[in-house]
Amino acid sequence: MSSPANAAAMPRVAVVGMYAFLIVSALFFLAPFLVILINSVKPMADIRSGNLLTLPSEITFEPWRIAWSSACTGLDCSGIKPGLWNSILITVPAVVISVLTGALNGYALAQWRSRFADWLMLFILIGLFVPYQAMLYPTVKILSGMGIFRSYTGIIFVHVVYGLPYTTLLFRNFYVGVPDEISRAARMEGASFLRTFWSVILPISTNIIVVVAILQFTGIWNDYLLGLIFAGNDNLPMTVQLTNIVNNSRGAAEPNVNMAAALLAAIPTLIVYFVSGRYFVRGIATGAVKG
Amino acid sequence: MYNISLNKIRKTYGDLTILHSVEMEITEGEFVVILGSSGCGKSTLLNIVAGLDTCDSGQILIGDKDVTDLEPSDRDLSMVFQSYALFPSMTVRRNLSFGMEVARVPKAEREAKVAKVAQLLQIDALLDRKPSQLSGGQRQRVAIGRALVRSTGVCLFDEPLSNLDAKLRTETRVELKKLHNDLGFTMLYVTHDQVEAMTMADRVAVMNKGRVEQFAPPQEIYEKPANLFVASFVGSPEINQIAGHLSGNGSLDIGKTHIDLSGYAFENGTRPAQDAILAVRCEDIKIVPPAAGHITAQLDFVELLGADALAWVLYHGKRLSVRMGVDQARALESEVGLQFDLTKASVFCTKDGHRL
Repeated sequence: MSSPANAAAMPRVAVVGMYAFLIVSALFFLAPFLVILINSVKPMADIRSGNLLTLPSEITFEPWRIAWSSACTGLDCSGIKPGLWNSILITVPAVVISVLTGALNGYALAQWRSRFADWLMLFILIGLFVPYQAMLYPTVKILSGMGIFRSYTGIIFVHVVYGLPYTTLLFRNFYVGVPDEISRAARMEGASFLRTFWSVILPISTNIIVVVAILQFTGIWNDYLLGLIFAGNDNLPMTVQLTNIVNNSRGAAEPNVNMAAALLAAIPTLIVYFVSGRYFVRGIATGAVKG
Repeated sequence: MYNISLNKIRKTYGDLTILHSVEMEITEGEFVVILGSSGCGKSTLLNIVAGLDTCDSGQILIGDKDVTDLEPSDRDLSMVFQSYALFPSMTVRRNLSFGMEVARVPKAEREAKVAKVAQLLQIDALLDRKPSQLSGGQRQRVAIGRALVRSTGVCLFDEPLSNLDAKLRTETRVELKKLHNDLGFTMLYVTHDQVEAMTMADRVAVMNKGRVEQFAPPQEIYEKPANLFVASFVGSPEINQIAGHLSGNGSLDIGKTHIDLSGYAFENGTRPAQDAILAVRCEDIKIVPPAAGHITAQLDFVELLGADALAWVLYHGKRLSVRMGVDQARALESEVGLQFDLTKASVFCTKDGHRL
């Protein structure tokens, strides 16, 4: 990455070249998004004539309205609206819990200087490399045994547990760089491990909390597989309903509605990135230097 | 009562022994400095006293209460860390009162104590700032304040001045000593800086490789070092050492030169014949005309230090230092006689280094 200071020192040709490259890259990644955006406001007539890449003859928000409130997901024709609320109900607690447990885990592992701690960390890391699909069947059996399969509790539990290796790793690497004397000073003051974590350590972890929260938020919000399997019919997240709309076999396919629905599902993550982008970059950099 | 006694403290990491059966008796209100180079075990010892580290065997008594297995917060002591270790997210005020908050001290009492300590350390104006808005010296004051505010009588210091610049270090040193006089706390202070040890301590424990080599008042450490390690570790420039053979009639033979040691007070009064080392501080040597002193040496070079001067002379290929006035140093001839003040010198056994 190049900071403005570096850009000023570069010869003019290089600056022009750099911006040209950046703009082309941005266009490359934005192109599919633009196609979806354009088609989501096209009337069906334009689409039937096969002009996916042209601008709409007239702009209509009807596909958005249909996608939001009247598109059919299977037998139910109330659009993607109920899924939004389900997704929020799943994502918010799952993010909060997985960030807090990850931070606590990471802090404990960073504090505990022993060979066992290193081995434990290694085992936790293995969790990162095993694909979800391989763990699905055992997880289904375990959750059935616990009586929370296809329930609201179940889906949150699964998201928290599947997220733990990642959140633990990120927090541990951050906390290894925090001077040990701060924790020891808190211990001298009589604070317990949990009190130290809550009053002293967590308040200085803002950057890494934001990074982990964003990663978890996007991961859980965009999740389809776990939501489909573990959430149960009453709690299906937006992504599952989106797929149902797109795959609905009744009536003619309506690409403009599908694209509007896809955009609706993506809006929350976009908002999160725009709002917290500054923290995100800062947190990533901190983690990189200190990890 | 806040006396501290350390009873046969042992600590090992695998095959490495950090502390060999350390014993120390610290009386109430005493300022004890543990002095040693890095890796001698002094910080480990302090952490064990604080309760942040455990010992393999031994016993720690604070005020006659066995605290060996107690948590740090149950030991009635507080600690100042080298890196200050202030809580970054809290204001100075909360840093000072955090320990009392944890202990559920009522708010009014917390505020009164914080105000009192803040005034004592002149940090009242800083109470609402965050640590990141303070200079190094201010942070150190806050760290000391945090230790004092909760302290009931024992304070531990882990090289608290080593992150400060030279001028601030001198000032804080004086203040700390004054604070000790005013409050009468028992203080245990770890450092590698012998000036801090000499100026602040009531007694100094010199540590080397996990052992206490000598535990005595600073002036005694300087004047009557218990062994060769202490003699050479304390003092700058390093103490002059002249190796020879101690003969039965009480003289040190260096080749054909004989130094009459009748002016030297031997320990126990005995002086068995053996190889020995005569150690003399640079200020205990007088320059005399060649052949008139104990030995004759060649002048190597002179360092002018402002207030006084150091003359470096060569004797049998060994460099010795002599402290003198600047005028005298300017007038030195190339060959000089050295007269030792034997009442202030030390004689050590060559084999095991102990004082004879």
